[in-house]
Amino acid sequence: MLNFLVRRTVGAILVIIAVTFIVFVIFIVVPGGDPAQRIAGKNATQQNIVNIRKDWGFDRPFYVQYSKMMQKMFSGELVSYTSQQNVLDQIKLGLPATFSLAIGAGIIWLFFGIVVGVVSAIKAGKLSDRAITVLALIGVSMPVFWLGIVTRYYLAEGGLTTFFPDGEYVAFTSDPLQWFWHLVLPWTVLAVLFIGFYSRVLRGNILDTSNEDYVRTAKAKGLAPNRIMRKHILRLSLIPIITLFGLDFAAVLGGGAILTETVFDLHGVGQYAYESINNFDLPPIMAVTMYAAIFIVVFNVLVDLFYAFLDPRIRPA
Amino acid sequence: MAQQATETEFTLDTAAELAAHEEPEAIRGRSPWYLAWRRLRRNYVAFFFLFVFIVVVVACAFAPVYAKHVAGTGPNTNHILENVKVNGKETPVVSSGGYIDPHTGKLCPTSQSGCKLVASIPIGPTWFGAGGKFVLGADQNGRDIAVRLLYGGRTSLFIGIFSSAICVFFAVILALVAAYYGGWADFTITRFFDVMFAFPVILLGIALGSALAINGFHHFGINIQSGSIWIPTLIISYVLVPYIGRPLRGQVLSLREKEFVEASISQGASPLRVMFIELLPNIASSVIVFFTLIIANNILLETALSFLGAGVQPPTASWGTMIADGQNLIVTRPWLSFAPGLAIIITVVSLNVFGDGLRDALDPRAKVKVSH
Amino acid sequence: MAERLLEVKDLKVQFATVDGTVKAVDGVSFDLDRGKVLGIVGESGSGKSVTAMTLMGLTRDVNSRFEGEVLYKGKDLLQVSDAEMQQYRGAEMGMIFQDPMTSLNPVYRIGEQIVEAIRTHEKIDKRAAKNRAVELLRQVGIPNPESRVDDFPHQFSGGMRQRAMIAIALSCNPDVLIADEPTTALDVTIQAQIIELIDRLKDDFNSAVILITHDLGVVADVADEIIVMYAGNVVERAATRDLFYDPQMPYTWGLLGSIPRLDRPRPERLHSITGSPPSLINLPQGCSFRPRCPHAFDRCREKPPLENHVDPPTHLDRCWLDVEYKRAHRGDTIAGGKPEAA
Repeated sequence: MLNFLVRRTVGAILVIIAVTFIVFVIFIVVPGGDPAQRIAGKNATQQNIVNIRKDWGFDRPFYVQYSKMMQKMFSGELVSYTSQQNVLDQIKLGLPATFSLAIGAGIIWLFFGIVVGVVSAIKAGKLSDRAITVLALIGVSMPVFWLGIVTRYYLAEGGLTTFFPDGEYVAFTSDPLQWFWHLVLPWTVLAVLFIGFYSRVLRGNILDTSNEDYVRTAKAKGLAPNRIMRKHILRLSLIPIITLFGLDFAAVLGGGAILTETVFDLHGVGQYAYESINNFDLPPIMAVTMYAAIFIVVFNVLVDLFYAFLDPRIRPA
Repeated sequence: MAQQATETEFTLDTAAELAAHEEPEAIRGRSPWYLAWRRLRRNYVAFFFLFVFIVVVVACAFAPVYAKHVAGTGPNTNHILENVKVNGKETPVVSSGGYIDPHTGKLCPTSQSGCKLVASIPIGPTWFGAGGKFVLGADQNGRDIAVRLLYGGRTSLFIGIFSSAICVFFAVILALVAAYYGGWADFTITRFFDVMFAFPVILLGIALGSALAINGFHHFGINIQSGSIWIPTLIISYVLVPYIGRPLRGQVLSLREKEFVEASISQGASPLRVMFIELLPNIASSVIVFFTLIIANNILLETALSFLGAGVQPPTASWGTMIADGQNLIVTRPWLSFAPGLAIIITVVSLNVFGDGLRDALDPRAKVKVSH
Repeated sequence: MAERLLEVKDLKVQFATVDGTVKAVDGVSFDLDRGKVLGIVGESGSGKSVTAMTLMGLTRDVNSRFEGEVLYKGKDLLQVSDAEMQQYRGAEMGMIFQDPMTSLNPVYRIGEQIVEAIRTHEKIDKRAAKNRAVELLRQVGIPNPESRVDDFPHQFSGGMRQRAMIAIALSCNPDVLIADEPTTALDVTIQAQIIELIDRLKDDFNSAVILITHDLGVVADVADEIIVMYAGNVVERAATRDLFYDPQMPYTWGLLGSIPRLDRPRPERLHSITGSPPSLINLPQGCSFRPRCPHAFDRCREKPPLENHVDPPTHLDRCWLDVEYKRAHRGDTIAGGKPEAA
């Protein structure tokens, strides 16, 4: 087991290194043109550009550039030239909002995704199943940012009511109730998409597992249908869901909920990236991308471990 | 009287004769494609939605016709200072703004709290009251929304469909090569997938989108200018490759162990032959389903990227950019954002329902009552 | 007179499908006494598995229709509610299936799966149940049962997994064990062991066995009575010895003739029964085997009833042919000699 852990960790580190390299390639190499000008951003003066060129090593071979970029990223000295702010500090500012959004929405979508999935599988073929499928399909087909805009308009800005607060994030430490209240709409909007998806995947898994031979054996043993569902079918059907959840959750934690954050003005890490896009301000985008990737790689290892725990066939002998 | 057999094999004349007189129904072997088609044929819902999707595609294809003959204007033409006759009344295309009450969408008498300041208010939907102009209204720049909707559809559908095709193409090749050759090829390709999986799709899309938006893409002999819609197309296809490639690789891996592959190889089949003639047809049903569903996914992804500004660049219309444009005016002119949103939902739902139907036809397992 | 455990009377099982009604079982009757082994032999699609699963109530579904009676100790199982049927399964009748690898849940330990079966039907605490599980594993011939009981299915070999399945099936002392192709997925050497085991356990547990297979060689040793099924019907039924020495159905001759034999001169080609089994949606008129029967004649257009034509009253068959003719002409088919008839 330790062997497994070590191997996965080493693998993860290698992937992170590859990730940094890819980030480098995406931002420095791929676009062509003058990287210094790109990094300097919109309001750059000629002097800025020259300084940046020197600082980032754009006049030197690319491995120097790479090492300089890495230095900047990991030393916390990465600065956005357009906004004159330290990128890492800005990311830290956005973390509480992003985390709050991710954790709350994650709990909601996992819970409801499983419930809806089980219900529609049990009632497969019947009217309730079809109705759920239709709703799930619509949920999965909606652009999440559009849903956010519409919800915000109707429920917060006054289209129908101003019952809900109109965006913005309130820190938990300053006012827990408001913190919760301001997050209800964003949580729901973000969860809708995942609930639709997860319930369909789970439904499919359950129906597939129900046809497995070991379920037939369980029936032959005389087990009650409830027990068969709980202990045999669900146990196996949930394994892929848990893996999916691990990865999706990691993505949202890493700022992948950029759309929801932006639409509801939560000023999380994702929204920070969005604001930088509008200005074509590259250093923050680079940093957020890297940060998100690291999150996902770490979660990947955790999910793998958990998976081995759930499915004994995977465990190393 | 029992009849004698003749000196041949067991396919005796008696049996053959009797068989010739009536046709006992032997179990006819049917190809899985035929069976799948039969299952699909029965699925009226799937076909209805396929029809809806086709209607959307055709409507958007006819965008220039609508622009020219019905609306009389193009998608990027500003009419900001003009007037138009709506039901006989002269109305400015874009009027000056003021404080708007979110509940009613109308002007507030004074700047009371709760009223939002809006800079300019374009004309709302005329519903053919102006003879085909501004049927769905105009945006802040005085552009005809209906025309932009159709042109935007062209953009979004183009990007969605082509990115899917390119993505599936490369994913299939990578999956086949990785699973067939194993060894270093598999190792490299899987590592590549792993690294790509480390990035959240949307962030990677944003990263590439913003990096390429400034200067365009000029590598490998390909030159694409920064405003071209090929940029989002290529970005989206690239980003999605591992999501298709990895499951396909898994499928090919399990197929590879089957005896028919071994048999083919032992008969001297070349790698290309094994990959494309033995393995590929067996993953074909997955590929078809993936392709359909990924178009839906890519349309959503493109609209999201365009909404954020990292996809289609203005002034090109896309359903995503339109929603972004309409954000500020949602209080007075909700149609600006609603119309493209609804268009997206209709298109994506149709693709999803049809894709689901395809998947069920190709791989059925649902417990449904068969009524007789 | 041994206790009559099971009486199946004219059982019919049909499935409604999009292509039509599949008559999987079209009038099957047999009996099973305690201590006896009944062999059911037939090719794929003959209805043997459906019959077995129906005895256990595993074919109940929205699309299935049943006719006839399945009397288990006098009670018609076709009429019993789903909840009641559940009580019978495992406690009164146990079943083992063809592929032991997929028939065991991969995420639970073997011991847990046996204990689950026991505790479903008996009020017994976990420790006692686990001890019984260990004993059962010992009885089915698994070495080191105390440690193997905590293993996962993928840690067992194929033969051992099937033994574990047998342990599960017998854990609640059922009176009937149904074995559906128990050896088809196993090596030949293991096959013999498993069949022997089943036979021995039948005596240990004082139960009866229904052994289903497509391979006559498998039942030759252990079965007391054999039913041959074709296209959903019983086409021949006899005590084992009678079946092998005086087979009355051309189909049975075909089955016997297609067994490769080491003790006979080698024929030029291995015999097979030409043609394919009929569609169960559109059965041929009259005798279902007629299209493939080299001896068919015009009377065969009328479906023969299952009747006794020879001395032992328990030997039934569905064939219009004259007994003398059969005895004269079956030799070549069965002997596997040159592919000619007389």
